[in-house]
Amino acid sequence: MKFEDEPVPGQALPILPGHTSPGRFERLLRAGQFAVTSELAPPDSADPEDVYRRARIFDGYVDAINATDGSGANCHMSSLAVCALLTRVGYAPVMQISCRDKNRIAIQGDILGGAAMGVCNLLCLTGDGVQAGDHPQALPVFDLDSMSLLQTARTLRDEHQFLSGRKITFAPRVLLGAAENPFARPTEWRAARLAKKVAAGAQFIQTQFCYDVPMLRAFIDQVEALGLLDQIFILVGVGPLKSAKAAEWIRTHVPGVHIPDAVITRLRGATDQALEGRKLCTDLVQEIRSIRGVHGVHLMAYRQEETVAEIIDRSGVLAGRVPWRPGRDAQTNTDRKVS
Amino acid sequence: MYAVRQWSVRHARGLNAFYRAFESALIRLHPLFKAIGYERLERPVAAVERQVKGLLFDCRMCGQCILSSTGMACPMNCPKNLRNGPCGGVRADGNCEVRPEMKCVWRQAVTGSARLPGGSEALRQVQPAVDRRLQGRSSWLRVVRERCGDLPQ
Repeated sequence: MKFEDEPVPGQALPILPGHTSPGRFERLLRAGQFAVTSELAPPDSADPEDVYRRARIFDGYVDAINATDGSGANCHMSSLAVCALLTRVGYAPVMQISCRDKNRIAIQGDILGGAAMGVCNLLCLTGDGVQAGDHPQALPVFDLDSMSLLQTARTLRDEHQFLSGRKITFAPRVLLGAAENPFARPTEWRAARLAKKVAAGAQFIQTQFCYDVPMLRAFIDQVEALGLLDQIFILVGVGPLKSAKAAEWIRTHVPGVHIPDAVITRLRGATDQALEGRKLCTDLVQEIRSIRGVHGVHLMAYRQEETVAEIIDRSGVLAGRVPWRPGRDAQTNTDRKVS
Repeated sequence: MYAVRQWSVRHARGLNAFYRAFESALIRLHPLFKAIGYERLERPVAAVERQVKGLLFDCRMCGQCILSSTGMACPMNCPKNLRNGPCGGVRADGNCEVRPEMKCVWRQAVTGSARLPGGSEALRQVQPAVDRRLQGRSSWLRVVRERCGDLPQ
């Protein structure tokens, strides 16, 4: 999909009325397209090519790429740096910010820096506890929580000032996102928590992995009952499971991931479990696509990123639309150079 | 103490009522506090507060108590210091992601709030970022000064 006022890669789009960012991702969501996002696992390396290689896997299949911020409390290249590399060539990253490692001074600096580097989307997270990662000796910061982080980002954007009240001269123009887990207890309170996030400034959410569609529907119904469906873009998290054994491991070891027995039984019964896992994911994407109030899927395929294209392709959710990729406008760019 | 903390959540309604009465009593003492000097009172009052609330709520002395908005479950006992609701990592048994032996503080808060008049609405209020300068200071004295319009800036 191409917008007629689209500039050369890496430059900001004009901000349309009612929009808060100059990004393609917000354009798509507000245009009512079913969006696809995925997650780039930042490399344990200082080589920019490692970032580009990981981004290229998604070319032509995803609308925005999340750059994780020390996910699972493991140390990797920073999300700010990954985003800066991605925006240089025109990708639309979602910069994840976790409250675990930075206080409000560092976080606000990163938001300004990210926006200056062309980041149009932020995902405000609390973050995993340090005990989950490879540096359990580290100090858990948690100066802000996801809610006050959203408020902070909104204050920078809309009031043009830091939390301290000190003015900034050019506000970050960003779309604000948050996470939600409709599948974790207390489930009856998850929609109310989303309402708080909307009140704090969230414009879109990406959810935890969904393997239980009835539970997702129940959550969406609660969100609708609170009158929030037209105030928030909901992208549902999905991901392929490699095998029944992997699924068992995830549900016992990764807090917050709910996998019903039926899913594990289906995988166990298959001759090629990895293939079945991808099929199951494709089915989920299609089923989720049909739920009213859902605006997209967030496909997390850690260490099997190459499956994203296949799953999205087979699911048909893009309906023939080809998301932006580097080089799409190569012809146009050459034309520009000649003239 | 963990067991007492659980008890406090179960008795959120009574404790909250007691707390309200205690608060009004303290507010009436404002002229006296002012005469003695709030800064002079800070250390002894904070010491008493630490003992009492430490026993009842495992209070962490953040200095900006929101117990009555969180069903008398202290949110600073959340290992992530979450003051606005549970994280996404709550285990299937309802226990904490970081400390698996502990019930999620926010599940407790939801339960406790249901026992308080207006508790669920209070839970829905967005709590702003914590002022870390108040760590270790008395929340009781701060509330009195706040109510009497006597907060120093």
